[in-house]
Amino acid sequence: MRELTCIVCPKGCRLKVDEAHDWAVTGNSCPRGAEYGKAECVAPTRVVTSTVRIEGGTHRRIPVKTSGPIPKKDVFAAMALLDAVCLQAPVEAHVPVVRDILGTGVDFITTRAMKRED
Amino acid sequence: MKYDLIVVGGGPAGLAAAKAAREAGLTRILILERDKELGGILNQCIHNGFGLHRFQEELTGPEYAGRYLAMLEGTGVETRLDTMVLEVTPDRRVCCINPRDGYREYEAASVVLAMGCRERTRGAIALPGSRCAGVFTAGAAQRFLNMEGYMVGRRVVILGSGDIGLIMARRMTLEGAQVLACVEVMPHPGGLTRNIVQCLEDFNIPLYLSHTITDIRGSGRVEQVTVAQVDENRTPVPGTERVFDCDTVLLSVGLIPENELTRQAGAQMDPRTGGAQVWENMETSIPGVFACGNVVHVHDLVDFVSAESERAGRAAAAFVQGSAGQAGPVLELQAGQGVRYTVPQKLRLSQVEKNAEVFFRVTRMFGPARVQVRSGEQVLARFARDRMAPGEMERIAVPRVLLDKADAEQALVVEVQEETP
Ligand SMILES: Cc1cc2nc3c(=O)[nH]c(=O)nc-3n(C[C@H](O)[C@H](O)[C@H](O)COP(=O)(O)OP(=O)(O)OC[C@H]3O[C@@H](n4cnc5c(N)ncnc54)[C@H](O)[C@@H]3O)c2cc1C
Ligand code: SF4
Repeated sequence: MRELTCIVCPKGCRLKVDEAHDWAVTGNSCPRGAEYGKAECVAPTRVVTSTVRIEGGTHRRIPVKTSGPIPKKDVFAAMALLDAVCLQAPVEAHVPVVRDILGTGVDFITTRAMKRED
Repeated sequence: MKYDLIVVGGGPAGLAAAKAAREAGLTRILILERDKELGGILNQCIHNGFGLHRFQEELTGPEYAGRYLAMLEGTGVETRLDTMVLEVTPDRRVCCINPRDGYREYEAASVVLAMGCRERTRGAIALPGSRCAGVFTAGAAQRFLNMEGYMVGRRVVILGSGDIGLIMARRMTLEGAQVLACVEVMPHPGGLTRNIVQCLEDFNIPLYLSHTITDIRGSGRVEQVTVAQVDENRTPVPGTERVFDCDTVLLSVGLIPENELTRQAGAQMDPRTGGAQVWENMETSIPGVFACGNVVHVHDLVDFVSAESERAGRAAAAFVQGSAGQAGPVLELQAGQGVRYTVPQKLRLSQVEKNAEVFFRVTRMFGPARVQVRSGEQVLARFARDRMAPGEMERIAVPRVLLDKADAEQALVVEVQEETP
């Protein structure tokens, strides 16, 4: 039995995952918790949010996120890919800035639009 | 020119109030924002976890703000950026200043105050030690890092386990800093459990509960921080000190509603929330002046900010259109055992539709318990909870039919009753 806290929503249910019985999850208040409990034990993933450099915009950084969860073990390697990125304003929201992160099929995308500021 | 509604502050609270007022039929709406863009604190909260209630989706802060900006587009709601509001008068004149127009005064049929919060600083908590550089509030560091592109430090100790501090622990770690400790004076964490897990445990950052910083040393820049355990009176216990070599201290020690304008206007305040006292429709003690969001009480979830602010926006519209109902019996809410405060503080029964929504915070951790609403000896409603924590705002919806049974001569008490195992 492994005990963990569900991080899918702010409720933070205490989950029990039974490794011996196909990772059966108890303690969850909704199906997403069951999914998370099993995934966290079998192949944990995270959505990563960060920023990249932008020139000519309202700010010097523009926020990005992974378009889906990536393996937890890849988080730091994924972060490193962002160091090389530099965008030019204006930029729309939800455009890819790094494609297919480490072969996961997941992209880093912008999470806001940014105007050009002269 | 006279506006139907002037909104002070263009964060999520102000945006939601403007949107709801527009939908309720007001046309001349103006948002005044001192920053160079709308969105408030959400612009720097680049992490996800916003919008699960409101949009049934997990959004980042900027995305959540973007949704509201899109809803306002093309509605004719005016905004003035870089504009600082200096005064709001009880007869609803709004005085402001900006670099283009200089000083201006506008008249408004209604006003929504949505100025948000600011952070408690080192001075506010009387943190001892040298006055060196490298001590930041967590939110200021967040803005430096996420918007302005400055890395604020390499070896970090965080004081306080509020959500902002936890989020910054992860953020600094991902950017290559080493977060040596998160230190919390209370015996329980201040932030959401999910943030303890995904921001500290994921990166093996130690959390020291019942500990505090007793000394900060450094000439020029922070060099060392001393951390000690505290007893139940929050007094440091001699002999438990440990020293961390670090260059940065981040403070996540609470938020203070930013209410200079509210006080100056003469609204009645609630010392427990630090915000104005409000009615069920978010109106302050000044008729036609409403308040919503963090300026009323500190919220953990922006979704609740939006819901509360839409209520304020609709109420402002009703006030201007003259459709606000006549006053009837008034119920005064009282924070009973285990409850620190309630928002609203007062209810006009005639204004309550199906339910009266009441937000509150508990005074300590509770296991299985019941929240009960009592009028004199008569219990009107009970709500079961598995667990409650001071760091998580609670919400109950009390049906109007039950409130009708309350005795208007008595306070309506909201209290916690622990279940005896
Ligand atoms: C760092 C941080 C992390 C958070 N993380 C989460 C999270 O993960 N999930 C979640 O759901 N919620 C989170 N929250 C909570 C949520 O973001 C806030 O509750 C919400 O932003 C409050 O909205 P607001 O509009 O009341 O205040 P704000 O967003 O602070 O907006 C207030 C606005 O008013 C403006 N203003 C103030 N005074 C004046 C004046 N005199 N004249 C003109 N303009 C003025 C300010 O510039 C600002 O733009 C977080 C909050 C913070 C601070
Ligand atoms: S199990 Fe469901 S309700 Fe509980 S924390 Fe996870 S997502 Fe939220």
